[in-house]
Amino acid sequence: MATIETKHGQAVDPQGLTKADFQKLDHSEKKGEVVVRESISAWKDAWLRLRSNKYAMASLIILLLIVIMALIGQSISGHDYRSQDYMATNEKPSSNHWFGTDDLGRDVFARTWMGTGISLQVGLYAALVDLIIGVIVGGIMGYFGGKVDEILNRICDILYSIPNMLIVILLIVVLEPSMFTIVIALSITGWISMAWIVRGQIMQLKNQEYVLASRSLGASSGRILFRHLIPNAIGPIIVTLTMTVPNAIFAEAFLSFLGLGVQSPAASLGTMINDALKAMTVYPWRMLFPAILISLTMLCFNIFGDGLRDALDPKMKK
Amino acid sequence: MTRYLLKKLFYMVLSLFVLASATFFLMKAIPGNPFMSEKEIPKAIRAMLEAKYGLDKPLWSQYLTYLNNLIHLDLGMSMKQQYTTVSSIIGTGFLYSLQLGIFAIILSVTAGIVLGIIAALNHRKFLDTFTIFLAVLGVSVPNFVVASALQYFLGVKLRWFDVAGLNDITDYVMPTIALAVLPAAFIARLTRSSMLEVLTADYIKTARAKGMSGRIILFRHALRNAILPVVTYIGPMTANIITGSVIVEQIFGIGGLGKFFVNSITNRDYTLIMGLTLFYAVILMLARFFTDIAYAFIDPRIKLNSRKEG
Repeated sequence: MATIETKHGQAVDPQGLTKADFQKLDHSEKKGEVVVRESISAWKDAWLRLRSNKYAMASLIILLLIVIMALIGQSISGHDYRSQDYMATNEKPSSNHWFGTDDLGRDVFARTWMGTGISLQVGLYAALVDLIIGVIVGGIMGYFGGKVDEILNRICDILYSIPNMLIVILLIVVLEPSMFTIVIALSITGWISMAWIVRGQIMQLKNQEYVLASRSLGASSGRILFRHLIPNAIGPIIVTLTMTVPNAIFAEAFLSFLGLGVQSPAASLGTMINDALKAMTVYPWRMLFPAILISLTMLCFNIFGDGLRDALDPKMKK
Repeated sequence: MTRYLLKKLFYMVLSLFVLASATFFLMKAIPGNPFMSEKEIPKAIRAMLEAKYGLDKPLWSQYLTYLNNLIHLDLGMSMKQQYTTVSSIIGTGFLYSLQLGIFAIILSVTAGIVLGIIAALNHRKFLDTFTIFLAVLGVSVPNFVVASALQYFLGVKLRWFDVAGLNDITDYVMPTIALAVLPAAFIARLTRSSMLEVLTADYIKTARAKGMSGRIILFRHALRNAILPVVTYIGPMTANIITGSVIVEQIFGIGGLGKFFVNSITNRDYTLIMGLTLFYAVILMLARFFTDIAYAFIDPRIKLNSRKEG
């Protein structure tokens, strides 16, 4: 290959470049293509935004602590949540019973954490059932549109216009109250809002190029729906889920208040508060800890959910 | 508009029909009936009781009678309180619940809007953060916790108010606050975010550039537009106040609908449960219906015949 030489026989560049700088590189030396800065995926971006939100992070940490305590609280208390001690009923908090005892002499500390666990489980299972039904129905409505959408939407409309708490109460009156039936009853109408959110998302997404590309490559509807559309709608789905959990916890507490909650000897925070309420003027401390815990859990879920929504969808932020 | 409203009405009736049928068959699905008790009732008396309530007829005939009675607004007799119709129970209870509900709505709307405005005007300052915190707290603390805390501190400890009952005007204070906390918190958040949006709008800048006073801008230009989303909240607010009243009435011992509802559930008074469920449903549906209409009247940009998306 001929080299280019100036009149003076030496290549001189005002920037001090010499011939050596214009040598052809072999493949290993091509660094131009290498991404120097770590690439930030959408998830990482959301996580960075979430991490900078100190209220949301504090809520997350408190929630994790609550979950850990719900798992181990009973064993560190040294008392069983069921064991009754008629010599020590309605005791004030002490070194033996950290949160006091209830009317049957059961340790409130052990029961509070056990109840927290049950309340959290009700919230999580209800969210899970909502997720499964809501995503499937909403996905079908949004993706297929037309008559299918019309009919499903009408059914949702009718179900939605029935006040959900009434249906939940009626169902629990008929079925025996237990965690399982409470979750089922809450899910009967709970999935509808999820379905509508998924539907809206899918309707926006289904005309994107990557869906067309996937279809022209011969992908089936199911594959397009579950591999392309729903993963792209995951942000709003997660946000809706975080909001479902506190709603379900509250609904369970409300049912407990009507005597339709988790049945004794098991306890949820709602049933404990309801029991404590009857003797509140005399033994107010029995009410204190379950009430604080349920409020704290709901507070953290709400703040965390808000933070998550801001992180996943910065456009929504106000 | 008329067509849209007729359609809405049609779906309301359809929903009510579904609910009525669902409650009927659910109640029938419960094993046993209210005349079963620990004490053995003589067969003849039991047969007479069953005949009186029509329980001896086949299911489909009971269902048809029930629907027919519903059309004539006859909700039947209470199964536990003798010689009392469900309608008369609803009549006595509703008065208290309605009074409380109206007080709670007035309190929550005023408190919510005022807090929302304060927060929006102090955007990202201390008062804003503080108000948001209050609002999130209000949404998070269940109302039975609020109600019992009020009862304990204001009623038992400070003795400012009577612990229970609804005999004079001061007795309304605690139940009203307990009912209003949740909706007020929601309204505060709604007002804040829509105020923030409106305050950056061009017409506000124009008004300011024309040299109008802050007060006129705030009340005549900003608030009027910012209030719109609050109107959409009327429906959910009614639902919240109804569920709230069930708890609050029980805690404060008020003989309203909520208390009857709880009692009907614990007593398994099926006709009363069915009647109250339908009554609540009608109120809620009417609230949603009027929200739709009110919204279209307040905001001419909303076209009622456009279909809901998402």
